[in-house]
Amino acid sequence: MNKLLNFFGNLGFALRSKLYRLGAGTRLFFLTLIYSADSFRRIHLTIREIYYTGVLSLVIIVVSAFFVGMVLGLQGYYTLEKYGSSEAIGVLVALALVRELGPVVTALLFAGRAGTAITAEIGLMKATEQLSAMEMMAVSPIARIIAPRFWAGMISMPILATIFSMVGILGGYFIAVLVIGVDEGAFWSQMQANVDFSNDIIDGAIKSVVFGFACTIIALFEGFDAPPTAEGVSRATTRTVVISSLTVLGLDFILTSFMFV
Amino acid sequence: MERAKIDIWVGILVALGIAALFALATKVGNLTSNDIRETYTVLAHFENIGGLKPRAPIKGAGVVVGRVKTIVFDTEAYHAVVELDIDKRYVFPKDTFANIYTSGLLGEQYIGLEAGGDEKNLLAGDLITHTQDAVVLEKLISQFLYSKASEEE
Amino acid sequence: MSDNLISIENLSFGFGKTLLHKDINMQFSRGKVSAIMGGSGCGKTTILRLIGGQLTPNAGKVIVDGDIVHEQDRNGLYHMRRKMGMLFQHGALFTDLSVYENVAFPMREHTNLPENIIRDLVLLKLNAVGLRGAYDKMPAELSGGMARRVALARAIALDPDIIMYDEPFAGLDPISMAVICDLIRTLNDALGATSIIVTHDVAETFSFADYIYFLADGTVAAEGSPKQLMASKLPFVKQFIHSEKDGPVPFHADAPNYKTDLRL
Repeated sequence: MNKLLNFFGNLGFALRSKLYRLGAGTRLFFLTLIYSADSFRRIHLTIREIYYTGVLSLVIIVVSAFFVGMVLGLQGYYTLEKYGSSEAIGVLVALALVRELGPVVTALLFAGRAGTAITAEIGLMKATEQLSAMEMMAVSPIARIIAPRFWAGMISMPILATIFSMVGILGGYFIAVLVIGVDEGAFWSQMQANVDFSNDIIDGAIKSVVFGFACTIIALFEGFDAPPTAEGVSRATTRTVVISSLTVLGLDFILTSFMFV
Repeated sequence: MERAKIDIWVGILVALGIAALFALATKVGNLTSNDIRETYTVLAHFENIGGLKPRAPIKGAGVVVGRVKTIVFDTEAYHAVVELDIDKRYVFPKDTFANIYTSGLLGEQYIGLEAGGDEKNLLAGDLITHTQDAVVLEKLISQFLYSKASEEE
Repeated sequence: MSDNLISIENLSFGFGKTLLHKDINMQFSRGKVSAIMGGSGCGKTTILRLIGGQLTPNAGKVIVDGDIVHEQDRNGLYHMRRKMGMLFQHGALFTDLSVYENVAFPMREHTNLPENIIRDLVLLKLNAVGLRGAYDKMPAELSGGMARRVALARAIALDPDIIMYDEPFAGLDPISMAVICDLIRTLNDALGATSIIVTHDVAETFSFADYIYFLADGTVAAEGSPKQLMASKLPFVKQFIHSEKDGPVPFHADAPNYKTDLRL
């Protein structure tokens, strides 16, 4: 009997701490908005963060995109060939990337690379009392550290997702047309006929903005909230990746169900 | 030095993003080739629309001239009423045929418009009187079997 | 105008249910160097945070230059903190900025001074702590003592009225300790500031502090000038000053009977 009560007690505690984190995260988000003026007045703060989150992620995004595009081309071709529709490979690659893989895979990679960097950096600043020192110097750490990183993430993600989609399509083109030998004209024309700008491309862009928001705010919160110890920071970075990934996949389902259905 | 390098790279990132978006819009999407701006709406009745969906293309001589706007079922006459949005640049005579074709063997369905010889043109809100339904596979098969059976008799 | 720049009145504070400080009173006179001493975990650093407004007392008040700290709004707190400089235990330098950038940070954030004036001021402050030559090093390249001196230069960047030191001597070699000692006294007198040091280093502190508070069990166990405390008959003070192993602060923590534990 005791074990059962313990189980529910633990469940209740876990639920309560999750709700606390959700509330604290929301609070951090609104504080970030309030203190965002400096991120734009002193734009070099934000630009510096765009460099660290966006530019330094370019390599992993481009390389992954090319491989993903090539795999899509390969797998798609062999499946479509069975139905004699191998010329639709362009459509398949483009739609898969623009609608789903572009925003989602970019978000997962972003959470892993840029998200963990943000969490570790802020967690470490907290552990070495740098945030406290800043507060005592009458400089708000939220205005100076958190807000620029937030806007940098919001700006970088859609850019990276768009680049991912385009490079992926080039990867698919490379495999389908240059290696396998699908007709180049058919590849592009079928794609153009079936990919709609406002429906597919814009919706994909909206997804990437939403994912960028989620990943960035989660990374910032985990860093800000981390216990100021080595173990605390390392656990926080793990949480960033896990929670960001699950959130992105969940949001993807929700967005897809009312965008494309 | 440090800041200049960062600024340059961020500029490159943003430029790449815009280039990718532009490339997606023009080469991948249908933004330039199928730039349908102003349209006028005409109606057509079908006994069976098959797999026709809203936003399906409307083609004349194979060129996309418009999109299907809405498809509703008329409960009094028991047929489908389809609204066609046709680009204002293209006019069709009043006795145009509207047929439902399938692109490829198992592809999506679209409406093909074949012009008749009437001097007067279709105006917004007019009804296309000559229509041909979609080919339904089951009917085709049963027709085939029926004709085969009657051959053998 | 009161002679006490900082005044702590009937302060009670605790992080959870248990109180760390119970109804304590402390005064810090203008222009003097005061020390807060006591065993580990008795709440010395917390006093600094209460003065700086990072924590709010459960009861009582902390008054800085006539204003009650925890009643200040954002603007008031901002102005209050501009008059304070704080040296954290391990320096807390911003690791992504150079030594120069670290010391220039408060100047850039709070003033509109042109770059050439900032340069002169930064080099001035670094010279005061003896590290003018290290201005382009990164914090990771500095030793513990040097990092702390740079942090001190940063703390005095805007010539504050109040300088607070959190365990400034912890983990330093004897030479660095002597340097910091000298700097604390010299800077305090040169800037006309009021310094508060949180520490448990007896020998160094007694050599230059003006007034000392001893915290134990959440209250002020003893207070006075170094001379007064050396002559004190209080057992706790004697144990602390003469580094005795056992006394009012017992050697053995609470434990059950030794014989029963060994199952004799």
